[in-house]
Amino acid sequence: MKRVFLSAVAAALLSMGLAAPLQAADTIKIGVAGAHSGDLASYGVPSLNAAKIVAAKVNAQGGVLGKQIELVIGDDQCKPELGTNVATKLISDKVAVVMGHICSGPAKASLPLYNDAHIISMSPSATTPGLTAGGANPMFFRTIAKDDDQAKLTSRFMLESLKAKKIAYVHDNGDYGKGFCDNNRALMEAGGAKTVLFEAITPDAVDFSPIVRKLRHAKADIIVFGGYQPTASKLLQQMRRSRVMTPDVGHDGLKYDAFIKMGGEAAGGVYCFYPKDTASLPIYKEARQAHIDMFKSEPGSFYYNAYSAMLALINAIKEAGSTDTDKIVEALHTKKVSTPLGELVFNKSGDAAGLALSVYQIKGGKFVETNYSVTLD
Amino acid sequence: MDFQYFIELFFGGLTRGSIYALIALGYTLVYGIIGLINFAHGEIYMIGAFTALLVAGLLGYLGFPAGGILIVAALAAIVWTSAYGYTMEKIAYKPLRNAPRLSPLISAIGMSTFLQNYVLLAQTPDFVPFPMLLPDIDWLLEKFNYVLGPSDFFILVVSFITMICLMLWIRYTRMGKAMRATAQNRTMAMLLGIDANHIISVTFIVGSALAALGGVLIASHMGQINFGIGFLAGMKAFTAAVLGGIGSVPGAVLGGLTLGLAESFTTGYVAGNYEDVLAFCLLILILIFRPDGILGKHQVQKV
Repeated sequence: MKRVFLSAVAAALLSMGLAAPLQAADTIKIGVAGAHSGDLASYGVPSLNAAKIVAAKVNAQGGVLGKQIELVIGDDQCKPELGTNVATKLISDKVAVVMGHICSGPAKASLPLYNDAHIISMSPSATTPGLTAGGANPMFFRTIAKDDDQAKLTSRFMLESLKAKKIAYVHDNGDYGKGFCDNNRALMEAGGAKTVLFEAITPDAVDFSPIVRKLRHAKADIIVFGGYQPTASKLLQQMRRSRVMTPDVGHDGLKYDAFIKMGGEAAGGVYCFYPKDTASLPIYKEARQAHIDMFKSEPGSFYYNAYSAMLALINAIKEAGSTDTDKIVEALHTKKVSTPLGELVFNKSGDAAGLALSVYQIKGGKFVETNYSVTLD
Repeated sequence: MDFQYFIELFFGGLTRGSIYALIALGYTLVYGIIGLINFAHGEIYMIGAFTALLVAGLLGYLGFPAGGILIVAALAAIVWTSAYGYTMEKIAYKPLRNAPRLSPLISAIGMSTFLQNYVLLAQTPDFVPFPMLLPDIDWLLEKFNYVLGPSDFFILVVSFITMICLMLWIRYTRMGKAMRATAQNRTMAMLLGIDANHIISVTFIVGSALAALGGVLIASHMGQINFGIGFLAGMKAFTAAVLGGIGSVPGAVLGGLTLGLAESFTTGYVAGNYEDVLAFCLLILILIFRPDGILGKHQVQKV
């Protein structure tokens, strides 16, 4: 009896093994990699939603190149070591392209694997400049401005609009946060502003009172914060409670409703940087409505970047007429695509040209766009 | 050097240190009685914070004043986590009382992972805002010339009163005497009619209550919590307990304050990047010269 059962299982497994390649021929696989659980899931889940929505939409219209899109999902929890695991899994699943990773750490760690396998990856959110610098990774693309683009805008804004002379930088020692502070420091010092403090904090520390006291004595005109939003809101609350009222400038990682919710009153007045508001574009409204219909909620962070990345990838596959990596790369560099973030095409190093960045300020519990902005090329 | 700055850092370190001390007391009490490092103690601190959050949310909804919420929420957290501590001992440690030393240690690590994941699944993986329950009084800040914020002041006062009460309790009550006797020699204490199992339960309850108080104080000081806050706090408090001499009650307090001050001065005079590095260098240095900690008594190893 046992033997009969075993052979039945073996037969079932075999037939599955046979069926899989047949099915695979009918679909184009797109890998979706990012933080879908853990502390930073709020950065990755909206992108996963975007991928599901775009795939469903394209499939409903008959797919691309006559084939249906199949998503292969990998959760890296924003950890580099899990990022490489996910990359290995996606590569062995033979995905055509990858939309991800979300955080810069895993994106950087997994790139060598994608390069070896000759697979395109496009991140909606990884902003470390090194990923695209000097065309180092010809198969890596992104639909977000890189940190040094953000820093160009931030430093100009701080020098011209806030007339800041003495700057304190606080970061969390991560790729993303420290990179943002480093870039700003270089540009601000070139612009004549003095660095009065440049320090790391431990995000999990039981309290931040030593650094708060140090910030009070540094008497900076402005604090540049590089790090994720839970750390930022904790630090701000402690600062404001000790009546350190120095204005605060952060990057796109803070342009996120949870930051206002967590920071409460302390988050008021904070400046941060984010793609220019394109909410008036019809395709943006369509993307938003699709999220509300499917998930019954407003989209979260990087949703539109991921939505744009999916559109760009699918459009490039269509233009290339095949899933051949070199042809897709060619199409990404030459063919413009309409996305919720505007008309995008990718420059030589893989960054999206056509993105515009704006300065936002938190006022009355909302992000308000100021009239400071730049368009990237 | 700027004296005002020195004093500010000193009190900042004292505040942080007193929280470490509150949690370290739980480690040291349990170690003193049954010789176990209770690695799940940090999670008890985290559960204390979560319980207070739930109770505070409910009371806030019912329209209680902030001060009342703080007291009721803290009491609820203390009662609830004491129950956790009691149950934890019965489930994870009591059956292993006579097992080799490593078994309860592994059981403790398992308990810690279990509690973290339980809160992650039953509550939320995200950070959640904790209401500002500590009084936010401007004149206090001005009176102390910004040396001590209202919440720092409150944390210092509450934790010092608690620690003094604990020491008096251990020193002068019957239960405290029984506890000290059990710590010295459990078999002898049992022969003299002390119910050792009861004493061990009480130890876990007291330790958990202290951790819960620490959790409530820090959560309302920091303004947000998640399921992972117990890990680093627990590690630091454990370090503080070892630094002061594990098993010694004044040692845990001294160790906590030393660690807090070391971190504060490192951030203040060197850089925040080196906070943990220098704090742990201090630990190694002290342990080289005093292997049993600052106030630890040298014990003959029973091997």
